[in-house]
Amino acid sequence: MRRWLAALVVLVLGRGRRKPRLGAERERIVRPDFPNARAEGFVAAALIAAAICAAAFVAVYAIDSIPRQTQFLGLSLGLGFLFLAVACVALATRVIDDEDEEEYKPPANPEEQEEVEQIFAETGQRFTRRKLLWTAGGAAGAAFGVALLAPVASLGPVFHTGSLYTTPWRRGRRLVDEVGRVFHVDDIEEGVMYTAFPQHADREQMGAPLVVVRLKPAQLQLPSDRNSWAPDGILAYSKICTHAGCAISLYRKPTFAVVEPRAAFVCPCHYSTFDPAKAGKVIFGPAGRDLPQLPLAVGPRGELVAAGNFSGPVGPSWWGVRLHGARS
Amino acid sequence: MRRLAVLTLLAALAVAPVAAADPPRSGIVHVNVPPGTSDVQYGEQLYGGNCVTCHGPDGRGITTPVKGAGDIKGLGPPLRGVGALAADFYLRTGYMPLPDPNRQPRRSRVLFDRNELRALTAYVASLGGGPAIPTPHPERGNLAAGQQLFVENCAGCHQAVAQGGYVTGAIAPPLENATPTQIAEAVRIGPYLMPRFSKKRLSDSQVDSLIRYIQYTKHPDDRGGWALGHIGPVPEGLVAWFVGVLGAIVACLIIGKRLHA
Repeated sequence: MRRWLAALVVLVLGRGRRKPRLGAERERIVRPDFPNARAEGFVAAALIAAAICAAAFVAVYAIDSIPRQTQFLGLSLGLGFLFLAVACVALATRVIDDEDEEEYKPPANPEEQEEVEQIFAETGQRFTRRKLLWTAGGAAGAAFGVALLAPVASLGPVFHTGSLYTTPWRRGRRLVDEVGRVFHVDDIEEGVMYTAFPQHADREQMGAPLVVVRLKPAQLQLPSDRNSWAPDGILAYSKICTHAGCAISLYRKPTFAVVEPRAAFVCPCHYSTFDPAKAGKVIFGPAGRDLPQLPLAVGPRGELVAAGNFSGPVGPSWWGVRLHGARS
Repeated sequence: MRRLAVLTLLAALAVAPVAAADPPRSGIVHVNVPPGTSDVQYGEQLYGGNCVTCHGPDGRGITTPVKGAGDIKGLGPPLRGVGALAADFYLRTGYMPLPDPNRQPRRSRVLFDRNELRALTAYVASLGGGPAIPTPHPERGNLAAGQQLFVENCAGCHQAVAQGGYVTGAIAPPLENATPTQIAEAVRIGPYLMPRFSKKRLSDSQVDSLIRYIQYTKHPDDRGGWALGHIGPVPEGLVAWFVGVLGAIVACLIIGKRLHA
């Protein structure tokens, strides 16, 4: 960003090149009102405003309870850049005189040498608020640096990854639909995809939502230790794709299995495709590990209940994801 | 081998009245029947000429490839119990007849005339129980509820304003040409790779709302002004780059010129 700003300044200044006035040695070269204290104050104020906006961006980013958060994020960052631009333009046109941007050439004679020295001297003399400008510029730079780095905090917990392994599922917890009705074995039909949640638990948790389908028991190719996980051919998997954490909302099922692709869950984000008959195996797409399966059992009144926790950690993959299993 | 021979014989018998006609690849076999023939009988003859190669005699289906009339590879699901609903859907969308059983059925020109459609539908319905052709009432539906249902159940594949999309292995068609009856039928069948939605999952009145929303997407109220094809971020990005960025560059040039002057 700052390199771009520097480039912009150079570009704007470079356009204002003029032929140096020769033969006016004792005459003042830099205009007497240049640079002036008011303009410097203006630039400093714009830089401080930019710094405040960037700090506001960080604050809005950190406080989730702010309504219309996205709009305020855009507003604060946009205003910040606007003030920064104003400061740069003012700095280029009002504070730095454009007499001294001639490309550096080795002075041809002592006269020219003297002239260059004079320009430097005159510009420097009137630069009365150098310290203020440096402070304001530093504040703006620091605030923008923090603002641009703030979103990194959203990449996930760094030290307490334990929360990533915890899910609300445990033995005996019932499966309910989006309005809280308990799913029974008879409710689950072939060729239909259902979304289920844990009864009496937080649905917003990464490990809460499930996709539930029914296949013919003969179609199942589960590993032998999961043989009891799919009563009547009913299978439950985490609804969160193991690639980027999107909700798996597509289910394809063949109408005529002889010629059509096999039944599969498809994630709409990047088309990762998981095979429910083969324990959630990735059969296409960028996902790097299988969809975690939830063992199911049938309760006394025919209701569907969990028979334990997931076969692996739910949600998008992260560093060390395969080190531990899901916890209740 | 014996089974194959029997099948071929049965197929030949069914095709007998029209054996001299063109095979389905080059079009449709039309049948002339004496006046007074019932729809089911008429349909049976049409079935023999156009469908039996893949769907087998009496709609029993063919699940291992068989060479049928005109060297067509016969392969197709059984039609017993699919009812008038499925027959009406597949025939009126032009999904059937399908030139190659390995291909996804796509919307195409309907090759049968009205009487033939009615007769074939009646014949398929007569093969064994199954749902009747539904009569949706989109005017009774609720547009907002329809949008909600569409977003939850359909938009993943068919896109938010029903412009169509993809799943791995298939194309989810755009719904711009789907009639209310066809939508009501497709929801219950789940053609090709589409999941099925039973009445427990989506009631008839919910389907009415769904259809009302899909009808709305044919002429949506574009609040932003430009529709940009209703396909989301790609055309929007193009506009941002070619209109927005161009404008920003022009503004830069004007500012630069004024500074220079």
